[in-house]
Amino acid sequence: MSNIHATIDAVWRIESAKLIAGLARIVRDIGVAEDLAQDALVAALEQWPESGVPDNPGAWLMAAAKHRAIDGFRRSAMRERKHEELARELESKLEPPDLVSAIDDEVGDDLLRLVFTACHPVLSTEARVALTLRLLGGLTTEEIARAFLAPEATVAQRIVRAKRTLAEARVPFEVPRGPELAARLSSVLEVIYLIFNEGYSATAGDDWVRPALCEDALRLGRILAELVPKEEEVHGLVALMELQTSRLGARVSPAGQPVLLLDQNRALWDQLLIHRGLTALDRAAARGALGPYGIQAAIAACHARARTAAETDWTRIAALYDALSQLTPSPVVELNRAVALSMAYGPAAGLEVMDALMSEPSLKNYHLLPTARADLLARLGRYGEARAELERAASLTRNARERELLLARAAGLGG
Amino acid sequence: MKFMILVKATKDSEAGVMPSEELLTAMGKYNEELVKAGVMLAGEGLHPSSKGARVRFSGSQRTVIDGPFAETKELIAGFWLFQVKSKEEAIEWVKRCPNPMLEDSEIEIRQVFTADDFGDALTPELREQEERLREQTEGKQG
Repeated sequence: MSNIHATIDAVWRIESAKLIAGLARIVRDIGVAEDLAQDALVAALEQWPESGVPDNPGAWLMAAAKHRAIDGFRRSAMRERKHEELARELESKLEPPDLVSAIDDEVGDDLLRLVFTACHPVLSTEARVALTLRLLGGLTTEEIARAFLAPEATVAQRIVRAKRTLAEARVPFEVPRGPELAARLSSVLEVIYLIFNEGYSATAGDDWVRPALCEDALRLGRILAELVPKEEEVHGLVALMELQTSRLGARVSPAGQPVLLLDQNRALWDQLLIHRGLTALDRAAARGALGPYGIQAAIAACHARARTAAETDWTRIAALYDALSQLTPSPVVELNRAVALSMAYGPAAGLEVMDALMSEPSLKNYHLLPTARADLLARLGRYGEARAELERAASLTRNARERELLLARAAGLGG
Repeated sequence: MKFMILVKATKDSEAGVMPSEELLTAMGKYNEELVKAGVMLAGEGLHPSSKGARVRFSGSQRTVIDGPFAETKELIAGFWLFQVKSKEEAIEWVKRCPNPMLEDSEIEIRQVFTADDFGDALTPELREQEERLREQTEGKQG
């Protein structure tokens, strides 16, 4: 018999989002809904060690939470009529467990409402991330704090404030419709991808990858893809995350050194995740033109399909960056396009694009531009210019180790 | 964490008895639930061992043995691959599975090895910044 507390944790992870979402539909406040759900969890922690885990733990938790809500309303000193009505409505919704399966679609709708509320634009990005992980990912405050290397009290505060903001702004518990849907959905995707990236290339801390966060983001993405299967960008994002995750095991050498994509041992790529990524990409493509996530996934797919680095279809990658740059123009995308062009058509083609970027103000202090440019100049035999670029890059980076590397490379070019 | 969920064979499954429509429907629903929860990575059912074979290794020797194989309860009739946070979560999901067989049956839960199990090789230094350098420059992306 496994540890009962670990079992309750597991049940919580499986049921909490559905529980909170179902309660939020009734009480119309995700803060109150989460409190009720927590009460039900406390009741489970008290009773299950004695009684054992019930056969249908999800229905048990929902019933416990609803009873708690009814008690609360009834006992409330205010005894407003509105509350009486709510209490009655709650009682009428105490379905027996065998009806639970019949309301599957309703569960999906509730979850989707919860997703959109947790990622509502009235909240700061940080608040959206914390709330999403907490309400949908089933993570504890402590787990979120650990993942983002923030003090637990800070995260707890952030969540409390977020719930208050939602209540004060009277954010309706609903799925946006019409033209608003696209904008709101992209906010949801952004939150999920942000969580993923924090795991994939951590911005802080000792570990530069945190696979657990990647897994949380992937799980959220997979759930969302089933909730809104007609939205191609959801599949695009899932494809991108599956494909990037497939390389996690190859990105670090046994000695802990990062390994560049083209140097990675492709045998270490997770073929199952690649297969899942390509399938998700097909689902995205089947719905029409790819969006920004879909295009990035298509680029990742070019790498995934190449059995060796030399087989990489750079012409296609350059074309995809071209499309990406039209959809979401940015100097960083341009720089990537330049690198792809240089791989497809030779250093001169890439250099032309990079030269145009030299006057880009936002890249003025961006050490990656001179680093990449130096590479192309060196390949063209223009060693003096290459050296100057490497030295410039060295002066721009704030990382001492990186500066050393750049200067060593510059010195290696002779002169 | 990844877990392999192994559905053990029974006399019926080894005899090639196909599951009832009712069971197929229940299984389909269960699979759908797994997918909706983002838990299921893969899953397949297997033909009886009479259509399989074994390769036995002894030093450099290889001997091929055709199915069927005797020890029915040790054989596998199907599998899933779950991505979950704990063994308990895998157990909870498996408890929700309809009995996969028409007779008494058993499902075994086994953890899959991952890089993490080979120690803390993913360690630090100021690698992270250097990594991002590659990250943003495609063609060198890690």
